[in-house]
Amino acid sequence: MTDGKQHSLSSDLAVELTGIEKRFPGVIANYDIDLKVRRGTIHAIVGENGAGKSTLMKTLYGMHQPDAGTIQVNGQLQHFRSPSDAIASGIGMVHQHFMLADNLTVLENIILGAEPAKGVRIDFAAAHQRVNDIAKAAGTTVDIDMPASELGVGQRQRVEILKVLYRGANILILDEPTAVLVPQEVDELFANLRQLVNDGATVIFISHKLDEVLAVSDEITVIRQGTTVTTVLPHEINRKQLAELMVGSELPSPDGRDSEISTEVRLQVSGLTVSAPGQRDLVHDATFGVHAGEIVGIAGVEGNGQFELCTAIMGLLPCTGRVEIGGHDVSKANTHHRRNAGLAYIPFDRHREGLMLDAPLWENSLLGREHTPSLNRGPLINGAAARADCREIIDRFDVLTPSETVPAFALSGGNQQKLLVGRELSSEPSVLIAAHPTRGVDIGAQAAIWNEIRSARDQGLAVLLISADLEELIGLSDTILVMFDGLITATLDPASATPELLGTYMTGGTVEAA
Amino acid sequence: MSNEQQIPLGKDVGTGLKKISTSSTASGLQTGLFTLASSLAAVVIALAICAVLLAVTGKNPWQAYSTIIETGTEGDKLLEMMKRATPLIFSATAVAVGFKMNLFNIGVEGQYLFAALIAATVGSRVSLPAPLHVLFILIVAVVAGAAWASIAAMLKVGRGVHEVISTIMLNYVALSVIQWLFENFFRDKGAEGLNVKTKLLPASGRMPDIVDDRLGGMFFVALFVVFLYWVLVFKSRFGFRLRSSGLNPGAARTSGIGANKMIFISLLVSGGIAGLVAMQSVLGEIYAYGPNATPTQLGFLGIAVALLGRHHPIGIVVSALLFGFLDSTSAQLQLAEIPSSIVKLIQAITVLTVVIINEATIRWLNKRTAERTAATLIHRAEVAAS
Repeated sequence: MTDGKQHSLSSDLAVELTGIEKRFPGVIANYDIDLKVRRGTIHAIVGENGAGKSTLMKTLYGMHQPDAGTIQVNGQLQHFRSPSDAIASGIGMVHQHFMLADNLTVLENIILGAEPAKGVRIDFAAAHQRVNDIAKAAGTTVDIDMPASELGVGQRQRVEILKVLYRGANILILDEPTAVLVPQEVDELFANLRQLVNDGATVIFISHKLDEVLAVSDEITVIRQGTTVTTVLPHEINRKQLAELMVGSELPSPDGRDSEISTEVRLQVSGLTVSAPGQRDLVHDATFGVHAGEIVGIAGVEGNGQFELCTAIMGLLPCTGRVEIGGHDVSKANTHHRRNAGLAYIPFDRHREGLMLDAPLWENSLLGREHTPSLNRGPLINGAAARADCREIIDRFDVLTPSETVPAFALSGGNQQKLLVGRELSSEPSVLIAAHPTRGVDIGAQAAIWNEIRSARDQGLAVLLISADLEELIGLSDTILVMFDGLITATLDPASATPELLGTYMTGGTVEAA
Repeated sequence: MSNEQQIPLGKDVGTGLKKISTSSTASGLQTGLFTLASSLAAVVIALAICAVLLAVTGKNPWQAYSTIIETGTEGDKLLEMMKRATPLIFSATAVAVGFKMNLFNIGVEGQYLFAALIAATVGSRVSLPAPLHVLFILIVAVVAGAAWASIAAMLKVGRGVHEVISTIMLNYVALSVIQWLFENFFRDKGAEGLNVKTKLLPASGRMPDIVDDRLGGMFFVALFVVFLYWVLVFKSRFGFRLRSSGLNPGAARTSGIGANKMIFISLLVSGGIAGLVAMQSVLGEIYAYGPNATPTQLGFLGIAVALLGRHHPIGIVVSALLFGFLDSTSAQLQLAEIPSSIVKLIQAITVLTVVIINEATIRWLNKRTAERTAATLIHRAEVAAS
């Protein structure tokens, strides 16, 4: 940390962005972005989901062109038409999702696309030498002759970094690098990055995990609602202040409830198990209940069985065990009947499981409710009634749209999500499964969705909330369950749960170890 | 468009929204007009390409086209156009039903030939009063077509076999099954040589002509089926589920629409409509099924017609008529020493250009819609802020 700062004092700017603006249909993803990254520093860019971090990094990496503003790299004005232009000026990007060919070795993966040639043959000896040198310099200990298929997640990421370094990058962009790592791997990664920086590289690292940002970076730039808010030094600010900069206001108050949790169990899940052939159970023996007027949150690193749990409750995935809605056993019922029994679902991925992007909004709001008698005329759909119904949802949930006849793809993500939440709530469900209800939506929409969920809860809705946003979980839930590796490993009271405590459980730790 | 809408200053956001929403119906009409214009443009481009091909091969394109138009627009030929269009309307509609939920029924060919054999055989062995007899044969044809399609449906739902593979393969299976059934059981022992057929339908089982020997009643049955297709797919609850499953299978499933059930039903409906393809021939021309008499290849032409008509009811009828029009002129072209294959060429090139131009139009329209929506919202936000 200390020697990092020494660098930052002496060096000039590796990257300077001025007045960057980037528009997409329906959204202004970035505007008035000003960013100065000093050479030889770790510069963190923090912001909420949907604040425009990734858009900005794609601009810097040449994946799309800004509508306004300038990019300077090492003092030179640049116009990147493609990532190869960015690579040529020394910028490399390590994506959130790794792209390694499993049937090649680490070495082959690294040199892929830039192989040193001897005549028409690949000069493996030279490649071996160069990659080893780079790996040594970066402090990486991956065996480069191993097949990529045998690498763990942390090692894969290390290989991705080597790949970027091999192509001569000295400015590295890392998009949410710690999202998939366990804590030890995070420490290792940060040690690696620090060594790279000490050797003169510059690291731009995107995250919304405030603790690690404060721990590892030399400077922090906050992005909120598409624009840069400020740049701060980590020792000048604490976690809470940083979070408030990100959100732009006081954090939502944990609870403002004026209703009681009823004793009536609306959703009862007993011994639910989702098996996978040849693997451990994806969900093992999940048992819990959700009462009327209660929000039960599920915390967990993605991929620990939350998706399977929800889809199994919805009847979309074969499972064993029992699911009861309002006292009725629906374990054998299909999705349609479960929905009729009062179940509603805000799915994990609104584009894949929620909306028909090419269809007009009114058809989207009709989906799953097309059998509602008031929206039908005999066996036909009553188009006028369905459109009126959609307009009601648009008004009530403040969906920003010119009309109910525009196709869903024309709306911004937040407005699509509001429509989806509106659709699910307007079937007057008794149980709502809300998976990442505010993922990728802007702050205004987030608050609106929270309010809707709260007010539905006050009217007796039972909610099962799955979220990666720990503040959201703690703020909304009455009880928090932690899922790890398919098991419900802990039941916590949000009043006493901190993000740190949740994080410990989510990574399979116990309180003693923390 | 949005700029024409005057939003009173100081009104809240919701009011502005409602004002603007009145303009959206116009944009729906516009979209339709663009679609029509792009289809017409595609036909013109196809004609131009064919003209070049004709010129290159030393024929006079002007002469070819004027022959087509002169002969094609005679009263007789217009009736022939409608007659030739009839089976294409059925087969294109059958293809379109599947396509609306992303199922490619390439098996219309096998389905209709199988249905023709069964319907002709069963129809010749029952006696019913005239209108009922015809109706009965039509129903048998629908059931037989659906039954043959159900094999592909079962393979898809039960074993996950892709319908393109299974329906193509089942076309060949159908030919063999038909031949076996025909030779061993259904063949009328009286006829010999090239003229073999099933037993002729009695007079009560024959479809009356609308214009003697020129146009049979099946043309109107075809229009009625297209109307049913429109109601079923675009207006009914079932159709909404079908289209949803096609637009986003994941979202449809999550909303409680059973994917397997939809696959099964839509393939049966598709096969059922396919069963009617050869009925014009069976009920109105040869009054029997005959391996050399019943028309073939109509199932594959139907795919082209459905593509050209963009799976839209009106589009299907118009493109079937266009194909029928071109077909009806081919004899005359040969007399004028112009290769009649120019007709097939125009049909094929039209389908290709329509597919390409439609794709481009849709992209452009989508981009335009997105931009206009964004512009409307930004404009409204500015008004609200001021």
